[in-house]
Amino acid sequence: MKRNSLWSWIVLVLAVLYFALPLIGTFEFSLKMRRGVYSFDAYRVVLADPRFQSTFLYSVTMALCTIVLGIVIVVPTAYWVRLKLPRWRPIIEFITLLPLVIPPIVVVFGYIRLYNTSSWLPLTGSAWGTNVLLAFGYATLSLPYMYRAVDTGLRAIDVTTLTEAAQSLGASWLTIMARVILPNVSVAVMSGAFLTFAIVIGEFVMAALLSRPAFGPYMQLLGANRAYEPAALAVIAFAITWLCMGLIQLVSRFSKASPARI
Amino acid sequence: MAFLEIRNIQKSFGSAQVVRDFNLDVESGEFVSFLGPSGCGKTTVLRIVAGFEEPSSGSISIGGHEVTRLKPNQRDIGMVFQAYALFPNMTVAQNIAFGLKVARAPQAEIGERVKAMLALIKLPELGDRYPYQLSGGQQQRVALARALAPRPKLLLLDEPLSALDAKVRVALREEIRAIQKRLGITTIFVTHDQEEALSISDRIAVMYGGKAEQVGTPFEVYNRPATRFVANFVGTLNVLDGTVTDAAGGIVEVQAERVSLKGRLNGARTGDRLSLALRPEAIALGRRPGYDSCLKGKIAEVHFLGSVIRVRVELGDSVVSLDTFNSPSSPPPAVGDAAEISFSSKDVNILH
Repeated sequence: MKRNSLWSWIVLVLAVLYFALPLIGTFEFSLKMRRGVYSFDAYRVVLADPRFQSTFLYSVTMALCTIVLGIVIVVPTAYWVRLKLPRWRPIIEFITLLPLVIPPIVVVFGYIRLYNTSSWLPLTGSAWGTNVLLAFGYATLSLPYMYRAVDTGLRAIDVTTLTEAAQSLGASWLTIMARVILPNVSVAVMSGAFLTFAIVIGEFVMAALLSRPAFGPYMQLLGANRAYEPAALAVIAFAITWLCMGLIQLVSRFSKASPARI
Repeated sequence: MAFLEIRNIQKSFGSAQVVRDFNLDVESGEFVSFLGPSGCGKTTVLRIVAGFEEPSSGSISIGGHEVTRLKPNQRDIGMVFQAYALFPNMTVAQNIAFGLKVARAPQAEIGERVKAMLALIKLPELGDRYPYQLSGGQQQRVALARALAPRPKLLLLDEPLSALDAKVRVALREEIRAIQKRLGITTIFVTHDQEEALSISDRIAVMYGGKAEQVGTPFEVYNRPATRFVANFVGTLNVLDGTVTDAAGGIVEVQAERVSLKGRLNGARTGDRLSLALRPEAIALGRRPGYDSCLKGKIAEVHFLGSVIRVRVELGDSVVSLDTFNSPSSPPPAVGDAAEISFSSKDVNILH
């Protein structure tokens, strides 16, 4: 028993070192911009860069659009599958997993081929159209996470009986969705939303190939031309991701004390 | 014309037919229970009335309007579910107000109605609580108030007491009946608990194999069961096999004793075998004045139940149960003792 726990500790320490050392190294390097002393100069430079602000704002906007799009697509789908098409669940789950199997570069080349300027729907012909395409691409990428989060939330409530109760009280499908189902899976939806946010903020391939001014391509550009600033940017990106993960934890903990349980 | 008319309802799921030619008329203000074992189709019929299931054939009309093809939210019904189904994200008051809000009732009217409903279910202080802060019995009362708040034409109760413990169940069923009487709302109540159905219904539809075996008042269903299933399912029943020895005289031989059932043999002929059914309370231990039939046997079991003693008497191949009141001055009979049982032939039901 004791020997087992010793091995567990050794494995844990090795794992922490494996994950933490590169981060610590990056953080330490990002502080070395001023010769001989540690400073936050690299962060100051990055945060003052107008391209950082514009690309970050762009990616945040895209993330919010993607979250809305994801909710509009995923919540009704997962709800309907649970309510009326339980036999379809394995198929839908398989479809939602596909973005993990198909590389984003394949997806984006498919998009470009389907929606280029000489196609029947020339979305890439305008900035607005390309933004729409990018939001759809991001929604596809975040589908596995969003679907699972929402489906888990739906599992925690008695979807069928709540729906029937609302119907017997005269509610339409829209009312049921907006006032009964969505509020009861809001915690799950928020978990999915934070994951989506983290994915969109760091995404590079789709934004770069669709030539959009997103945060991912900016990080890559900075990495190719500067020394300390990319390290600072990487730490900032990690901090954003962790913040999202922390918020998911916070929201899940909040949900345990919330009345949204049947 | 009845208030609720259920006509020739059939329902199949794949190859399994769960409701067969179900017919029922329910008058306005009547409380009718669907009673039957699991899988008899009682909940399916209720769900068809509610609109959650579509019948394979047949029709439903409520208050003279055909509703068979209407969606559940267009039928003007209130429904209470076994699992309470309160909206977890809403307070008790918000739950009760839901139907009225959907119907776009004025805010002042909603407030008043919620208050009245909370008073009706005797929980006036709990409007701000969430469902998870209530006991099962309280949740089900709120579910009842929520169903009644929009003043539905018809109230449907789908085994609303099954998830509650015995004491709460008895209290709540009486409360449901009292509220139903006060409001005069036509109600269908689904249950598999015969005591529940017998105690609060105006009429009972006993269901088996997707059909209504008998529809009648609790008194009729209990005392004059129409079929062998009803007789067996509702209450405890003793069944004795007999042979008609004199059809004209109405004489049936049971365990070598003669029982006179003159005028009640329904065309049975001499030599026919019959099943005679008797409730435990219709049988007395020993000879009793006024009881015209008597059979001899042996005490097989004695169960002391407090105020009542249930005795099982062996009569040849059959065993009959009977109840006697406990009397502190006379000890219960002993197992193995010879015994006589007597009954009135008027209390015998002939099963078909």
